[in-house]
Amino acid sequence: MCALCGVFGVAEHWSDGSAQASTGAERQHRVAVANRCLAAYGLSLSDWAGRYILTTRTGASKIIDNFGALWPEAERLTGRVCDPLDRDSINALDVRAAVR
Amino acid sequence: MNDLWAAPITVNLLTGFLGSGKTSLLRRLLRQPDLSDTAVMINEFGEVGLDHLLLEAVDEEVVLLDSGCVCCTIRGDLKDALLRLYGRRQRGEVPPFRRVVIETTGLADPTPIVATFAADPMLKHHFRLGNVVTVIDAECGGANLDCYEECRKQVAVGDRLVVSKIDIAGPGKTARLRARLAAINPTAEIIESGEADDAAAALLTHDVHDETTRPDEVRRWLMAEDAMIHDHDHQDHEDRNRHGDIRALVLSADKPLDWAAFGLWLSMLLNRHGRKVLRVKGLLNIVGRGAPVVVQGVQHLIHKPVHLERWPDNQARTRLVLIVRGLDPGLIDRSFHAFMRLGVEARPLQEAVSSA
Repeated sequence: MCALCGVFGVAEHWSDGSAQASTGAERQHRVAVANRCLAAYGLSLSDWAGRYILTTRTGASKIIDNFGALWPEAERLTGRVCDPLDRDSINALDVRAAVR
Repeated sequence: MNDLWAAPITVNLLTGFLGSGKTSLLRRLLRQPDLSDTAVMINEFGEVGLDHLLLEAVDEEVVLLDSGCVCCTIRGDLKDALLRLYGRRQRGEVPPFRRVVIETTGLADPTPIVATFAADPMLKHHFRLGNVVTVIDAECGGANLDCYEECRKQVAVGDRLVVSKIDIAGPGKTARLRARLAAINPTAEIIESGEADDAAAALLTHDVHDETTRPDEVRRWLMAEDAMIHDHDHQDHEDRNRHGDIRALVLSADKPLDWAAFGLWLSMLLNRHGRKVLRVKGLLNIVGRGAPVVVQGVQHLIHKPVHLERWPDNQARTRLVLIVRGLDPGLIDRSFHAFMRLGVEARPLQEAVSSA
């Protein structure tokens, strides 16, 4: 909460975009897109009451609010670097696209 | 609560190397009627050379940072100073200013100041970052670009690049500097200080947050981006958008992008490489959105996306400029397109689920 004006929920993230982001279908889609990437790190994301739960294969989980919080938490949970410029990760995505 | 109190206060950064003429420009800016409701924050109060008359005029609106360099004390002093100033405004102790100009020290790297806004929810709630104005003098600017990374970063993050001292440097030197500035930061508007005199207020007031000036702003970005794409397609010359380890690149896509995939990719890139991504600016063609989406940011701070009513150049395709430091443009391009395919993969499945 903002101490100056008492407004809650000031931590919105740019990736939430417009109001369309809050619809159930759009949130499900976000989860589906994220899980295609997170699987490579042994993680999965699920939609939970307007927030997200990030879970490891061993069952450890964290609640996050948006994609901005997703990657720092993913790195903490796995102890791995999540780098979109990692050549192996990009190669894996390219291979995945080629076999579809 | 009227708009004055509800609207976020625009914060402009005025940066530039030692002796480039920041204070002279600030003095001219503060004389503009459109900027009469501007508060000023400076951090070398005794040395900036603002004349006594001006200091009196803005006395109640000046917050002096106690410790030397803004960039070294950013998380404490700047945040506290801004919120203290905001509190005084709310209590009616200072006039209800609509804008704050922060003048950085000449050797300051402006990016930590931006990072402060990105990191703090309270600041993000009450303030928004407007144009970053970088002053560079035509006489010494080229040498400063060669020698000082701070100077290159100041140019890279600028929305407006004001070239000063053109009367000393002469037209040839000025033209060469302008070409270098355009190479480092293709989407920034370059203004010679004489032009700045005529329309100084527009340096701060015309930005992408203003609905009336937004289409013109984005049209200029697109012209720069299309020129970069054209250059990329004709690679029989050296890469003109490379300057030391700072490099401008353009990502383009003809097919509409998935917003979730874009958000996933850019947030992942900024989490790992945010300090190396100096600017992001562009127009996106997003699946399911009739209107083009404007995305722009400085380092970790990405502004809330806004829409344009129509495509400024009638070309409905994504064009996004990144100015990066020490990152491989080829890898960024490959990564971007690989992640955008994730959205395409997920979309049919979800549409099937939702229509079942």
